[in-house]
Amino acid sequence: MSGESVSKSVPRGPEDTPRATDDLVVLSGVNKHFGALHVLQDIDLTISRGEVVVVIGPSGSGKSTLCRTINRLESVDSGTITIDGKPLPAEGRELARLRSDVGMVFQSFNLFAHKTVLENVMLGQIKVRKTEKKAAEEKARALLDRVGVGTQADKYPAQLSGGQQQRVAIARALAMGPKVMLFDEPTSALDPEMINEVLEVMQQLARDGMTMVVVTHEMGFARSAANRVVFMADGRIVEQATPEEFFSNPRSDRAKDFLSKILHH
Amino acid sequence: MFDFLDSGQYDLLGAFWVTAKLALYSAIGSLIWGTALAAMRVSPVPLMRGFGTTYVNLVRNTPLTVVIVACSFGLDQTLGITLGADRSEDIGFRLAILGLIAYTGTFVCEALRSGINTVPAGQAEAARALGLSFFQVLTLVVLPQAFRAAVAPLANVLIALTKNTTVAAAIGAAEAALLMREMIENEADALFAVFAVFAFGFIVLTLPTGLFFGWAAKRLAVKR
Ligand SMILES: Nc1ncnc2c1ncn2[C@@H]1O[C@H](COP(=O)(O)OP(=O)(O)OP(=O)(O)O)[C@@H](O)[C@H]1O
Ligand SMILES: [Mg+2]
Repeated sequence: MSGESVSKSVPRGPEDTPRATDDLVVLSGVNKHFGALHVLQDIDLTISRGEVVVVIGPSGSGKSTLCRTINRLESVDSGTITIDGKPLPAEGRELARLRSDVGMVFQSFNLFAHKTVLENVMLGQIKVRKTEKKAAEEKARALLDRVGVGTQADKYPAQLSGGQQQRVAIARALAMGPKVMLFDEPTSALDPEMINEVLEVMQQLARDGMTMVVVTHEMGFARSAANRVVFMADGRIVEQATPEEFFSNPRSDRAKDFLSKILHH
Repeated sequence: MFDFLDSGQYDLLGAFWVTAKLALYSAIGSLIWGTALAAMRVSPVPLMRGFGTTYVNLVRNTPLTVVIVACSFGLDQTLGITLGADRSEDIGFRLAILGLIAYTGTFVCEALRSGINTVPAGQAEAARALGLSFFQVLTLVVLPQAFRAAVAPLANVLIALTKNTTVAAAIGAAEAALLMREMIENEADALFAVFAVFAFGFIVLTLPTGLFFGWAAKRLAVKR
């Protein structure tokens, strides 16, 4: 499926056709402009269920924008994005529901500052999933334990270290039971000693079979957890390959150039 | 010098009671109306944003006296809208509240907007990413933090509102300023005493507001 050239004129089947494949996230012919800047150019990308895709590339190449279009925090100018066979709705209730199936973790954590750690993880469950308060709390506590911050449940975000905050943010996203998790440079804002505690949580998540799209410069994570590396430059996907292949034998000059810069210091 | 207080001729407490009620009702109304205006000004719907912006800029820059007199002339005397009151004093009282809300709401809106600007945009994004609707993002994440950040400027708005109730005298609401005008006429020899009494009355009304909000601002501050 991923190899098939995706032409815009052939829409995917109507609602009643069975889901053909295990493709969870499909972007086809996606274009996006910021004013005159063409940030995403004819992006075709298919992510299978359970796959872990690492997106790397130079600053400004459109990695964050790509991530953000997948749950429509950014709109696209043309092309289609489907999640689990359903096209992304443009707005409203439908969009909100779809977003709740797509977990997102940001570089700057973005925890709700006026709510405790526990409340952060409960909010979406209660207000979006309409889970009962007690069940939501149980699930929140379990998730906080799972990411190793169970003892911090009653603190406010500002009282936690960056690494702890990011793990809470991961728990908050997981609480929605998402089909796919998007990570936009989740460790870039962290002090070096905290990077690993977050990467470990992500690695565990990958082992548990979560479908993940991870924008990161952590090559160690890419090598150990990713099924595929997608290399972007200037708004295009320049090449994609398995981590071993990509790191040992990049094909494009852009990728070679990029790797020589990040690996040699 | 303060003998006029004992004469029983003036219902000082009654007048200040009207002032207090004017201030209280208008405060509640302007907090609600101001919040609605702020919601419009940050909403994704261009029409609402346009209305919010136009309304705030228009009303905020109009003298309060004009707003209140416009309420009186425009609604009561031209359209006959009296908000269900039939005594002229009550009509003045209710229309004054309406005018005060229309006017003060714009300041509440702007204080809240400055509070909204202190909430990092990333939090609203994270909330949207969870699947919360615009309204939920606003009421669950943005406004609670915006209110806390806006407590101090809101205190200023409410203190100004309390003093602005004096303008209601212009359309005959029987509040403190109206009584003061009467007393100035009758007690010309005790002019400064009259002023002192009214100044004191307003301080009694506004000082606790300031103290309470100062305390609340510290209590509620969001740690970042
Ligand atoms: N909201 C926006 N408005 C205008 N331009 C934007 C906006 N967001 C991003 N851009 C521009 O789009 C381009 C791609 O941005 P993007 O954040 O996707 O890059 P990135 O690959 O994530 O880079 P980095 O590694 O620095 O995070 C950049 O040139 C950026 O300046
Ligand atoms: Mg980025």
